[in-house]
Amino acid sequence: MNTLTDAWSWLTDADHWSGADGIWHRLTEHLLLTVICLAVSCLIALPVALVLGHLGKGGALAVNISNVGRAVPTFAVLVLLLLTPLGRYGEGPTVVALVLFAVPPLLTNAYVGMRGVDRSIVQAARGMGMTGRQMLWRVEAPLALPMIVNGVRIAAVQLVATATIAALAGGGGLGRIITAGFNLASTPQVVAGAVLVAVFALLVEACFEVGERLAPGLARRKAAAT
Amino acid sequence: MTAPPDDCLARNEWICGDYLSTRRHILADAVLQHLELTALSVAIALLLAVPLALLARRFHTAAGPVLALTTVLYTIPSLAMFSLLLPLYGLSASLVVAGLVLYSLTLLVRNILAGLRAVPEETRQAAKGMGYGPVRLLLTVELPLALPAAMAGLRIATVSAVSLVTIGAIVGHGGLGNLIYTGMNTYFKAQVLTASVLCVVIAVAADLLLLGAQRLLTPWQRS
Repeated sequence: MNTLTDAWSWLTDADHWSGADGIWHRLTEHLLLTVICLAVSCLIALPVALVLGHLGKGGALAVNISNVGRAVPTFAVLVLLLLTPLGRYGEGPTVVALVLFAVPPLLTNAYVGMRGVDRSIVQAARGMGMTGRQMLWRVEAPLALPMIVNGVRIAAVQLVATATIAALAGGGGLGRIITAGFNLASTPQVVAGAVLVAVFALLVEACFEVGERLAPGLARRKAAAT
Repeated sequence: MTAPPDDCLARNEWICGDYLSTRRHILADAVLQHLELTALSVAIALLLAVPLALLARRFHTAAGPVLALTTVLYTIPSLAMFSLLLPLYGLSASLVVAGLVLYSLTLLVRNILAGLRAVPEETRQAAKGMGYGPVRLLLTVELPLALPAAMAGLRIATVSAVSLVTIGAIVGHGGLGNLIYTGMNTYFKAQVLTASVLCVVIAVAADLLLLGAQRLLTPWQRS
């Protein structure tokens, strides 16, 4: 219990919140890395998954890429990238590794969602004379949306975790508080950093949970208003 | 003073045969540690997951909290998980095992529960009609039928565990992760690449091994 009170006093010390190594700075870094990389990964993965899902091609690739992503250790990829010439560009290895690990869940979930759309609905849309593009945007993508959002959620959680591990390979973010704590052999700081990371990850998950519950209701109200 | 030898180690190349031959024992030890940590944690998680899944199925009110708790555990990033366990276990291998057990537990409980719930009610009724007691029903009918789903969870848990062991390097018990960590600090390219490749090889081998075991255990699924 002593460690917990020490960790609490570490967290409530105002000195630890300000400055370049402070919690606010690390938190901003972590948030920025996560948001930017999530946007980049979505831009890369979603168009590919939507088109592949619409055409019904490349399924084996889209599904298996997730399994491959799981087998490759994040830490190993981070260190390998750090040792390549890319390592000279500050957060370069971190960004590349984050995107690499966020793409597989996005790709797999969006693809499975697109293929999971009831075939009779797609055929009805075709029978109504919809073009391929119209079918993709007005029928398949909206129906696949829950799975697509699920993929984004998994990717976001994965990004938060990877950004934490990036601290082991010299990257920024909240993980730095933990690694600095290990280097200082300060268990209170390690625990305080871990609590911050855990709370951050749970908040991201909670945001998606709330969003997924509220979104259908909001969309329905908007549709009713117009 | 003699000139340094001009081999691939001195040139710090990514792929280096000399590294493999001179550091054979270090690599073998690291692989062994990696396998021990993975096997131990997945085995413990499996022992805990089966009763938890049965409990969650038996008492419907328990299912929600059990699943919610395992989701929360899975959301916590690995580095934070190991760090949170630090006051309990100190810098030890038990810390890494405990962290990995918590992650594997999530995947296993969910999949075993899904497998048990997917057992058709008619099958259960038929077994009861044949005079099967609850224990015999569970062991000879329900668990075998839940096996494919459970094995899918076990495979994902094992592959994830192999990759997560590397994070254990932060407390000095990371199997191949230790080699990656020291290789990073000394810019030793051959060491980092060799250890990373070995990690992936272990993960793929473990996955194939479990797939083979599943085929042997569920002969009725082969067509």
